[in-house]
Amino acid sequence: MAEIHLQHITKSFDKKTRAVDEVDLTIADQEFMVLLGPSGCGKTTLMRMIAGLEYPDGGRVRIGGRDVTDLPPRKRDIAMVFQSYAVFPHLTVFENIAFGLRMKRVAKPEVTRRVAGAAELVQLSPYLDRYSAQLSGGQRQRVAVARAIVMEPAVLLMDEPLSNLDALLRLTFRAELKRLVAELKTTTIYVTHDQVEAMSLGDRVAVMREGRIVQVGTPMEVYDRPATQFVGSFIGSPPMNFLRGRIDGANGHASVNLGDQTFTVPASVSVGRTAGEVLIGIRAENIEAEAEPAPGAIAARTEVVEPLGSHLLLTAVVGDQRLKIQARTDFPARPDAPVWLRPEPDKLRWYDPTSGQEITAS
Amino acid sequence: MIGVARDLPRTAGIEAQATTAGRQARARRRLVGRGLLYVAATLLALWVLVPLYLITITAFSPRDVVYGYPKEIIPSTLSTETIRFFINAEGVLASLWRSVLVALITLALSTIIGAPAGYAVARYAFRGREAFRLTILSTRAFPIVILSIPLAVTFINWGLYDSIWSVALMHTALAMPFTILITSSIFVGVPRDLEEAALTLGCTPAAAFLRVVMPLALPGLAAASIFTFVLSWNEVFAASILTLRERTLPALILSTLNDSLLPFRFAAAWFMLAPSLVFIFVIRRYLLGLWGRVAR
Repeated sequence: MAEIHLQHITKSFDKKTRAVDEVDLTIADQEFMVLLGPSGCGKTTLMRMIAGLEYPDGGRVRIGGRDVTDLPPRKRDIAMVFQSYAVFPHLTVFENIAFGLRMKRVAKPEVTRRVAGAAELVQLSPYLDRYSAQLSGGQRQRVAVARAIVMEPAVLLMDEPLSNLDALLRLTFRAELKRLVAELKTTTIYVTHDQVEAMSLGDRVAVMREGRIVQVGTPMEVYDRPATQFVGSFIGSPPMNFLRGRIDGANGHASVNLGDQTFTVPASVSVGRTAGEVLIGIRAENIEAEAEPAPGAIAARTEVVEPLGSHLLLTAVVGDQRLKIQARTDFPARPDAPVWLRPEPDKLRWYDPTSGQEITAS
Repeated sequence: MIGVARDLPRTAGIEAQATTAGRQARARRRLVGRGLLYVAATLLALWVLVPLYLITITAFSPRDVVYGYPKEIIPSTLSTETIRFFINAEGVLASLWRSVLVALITLALSTIIGAPAGYAVARYAFRGREAFRLTILSTRAFPIVILSIPLAVTFINWGLYDSIWSVALMHTALAMPFTILITSSIFVGVPRDLEEAALTLGCTPAAAFLRVVMPLALPGLAAASIFTFVLSWNEVFAASILTLRERTLPALILSTLNDSLLPFRFAAAWFMLAPSLVFIFVIRRYLLGLWGRVAR
């Protein structure tokens, strides 16, 4: 039962740059919140301040309504899974998992019972007598998770727990972790730079850049309506396409000049701006490719065709701008052939070319 | 490997045999390399062990054998006569005991003071850390001669002169720079994450140090303690200046060496050797036992 409330959290390691800059964030009880961003964006520092391993220069951290800013980690009712797992090499798996309970002076029979339970949850029961050196990377990761969940903390913090596993294990563990956390119903904060992990695990995702939170929302919201050009290009593979254009709303409804072509925006779409430079954001799967000229379609040239099994990934050129298009595998694509593009009108997003912020219709 | 090559289709077999030959050549080179390593290790061991052996057999030989020439490599007669003579000599047992005490006090003091300092240097980026590190080393730039005489005067004033404490304090000062530098490099080797994990699991910083950092640092600390013990055990100059009657064993031996007979000198040499060897053998178990387990 813990809601986390971060208020104006700021932290600098040197005088020039702020690692975390005035962050405000509220994480609901039992929510799975992912902090997502490129390396060096301040996400780990933010988590370490929630854990109490780092002291903020300014701002307050509240967990379950209690101001914990000045409390050491042991008094915050949190547990953390480290990127390196930090499994104690001088203790057995059992003693590693029991470590926190022993520090809390939990009675011995209960320690045994709870350790067995946690080990069962992460399928470590056969390895309780082993030392860290005798475990595989995946098993160490499980020890780290078991050691955290056995504490039944109010808040579970995970710092890139999957990043040291190979790709196949990561896929398995991701699903396992999601099941586990859903069962535990613990408020969880999860730090990652992997947007796929963020999308698949989080109830909500907070996208960070240069110490600030740029957007908070459900994975689908963040994917579908990126608040800035950065979010659009960071989330999704391939990243969102951004086309430079000019809006000319002279004759009633908006039309966009793309190089030497004009693309008329359907009347149902509100652009929020009647004139001036814009960036048009559109995802690869929201553009339909046609082999024949069609009314309202943008003429382009296919440059690269990448068959990806489930679909084709086309790189097309419009004027001097490139964009990625997802086409069905039966689409007759050839390099250097002309192609006609029809973006789904309600999937068009509009951004200010200087600030990168989304232009919202008001 | 050859078996694998035979199972392959013909065309690939030739290629596979070529790589097998390459592999064999590499294996041969590795074997030669390992052979050289063993030769070097054996020479090094002999360099240390031969004098130890000669001192030991001479110390346990009857007096006429000590003077006799040529020496026997394997002694035909052993006797504890010389050793007994040495032990019964005036002040030997008392100074042996003092030497052990001085070495243990030095070990305790330099670990209690030096290890936390080493930990601080390893973990905290405090202002003046580099200067501190240099200063530690620069204390060794003063020759013991220059340090000892003012210290002798100070100890006389404090009433500490001619006691095991004055020697132990001096030895602690001598050992401290090494203790700090060695322990700091040991603590650097204990990942910060482990300590932080302990903090999130309910440890106070002190508890995290005792329950996680110390057990992992133990092998290194054991190595550092061998160094300190042997340093104190062998140190003769400061011990000679800071004591008059309450001599440690090296100081006593040094002051009586010129007047002693050859067998007495060998017995003394053996007595200098034996305790530090025993100490090293005791500590050695910690070194190997823990390193084997901690190593990833």
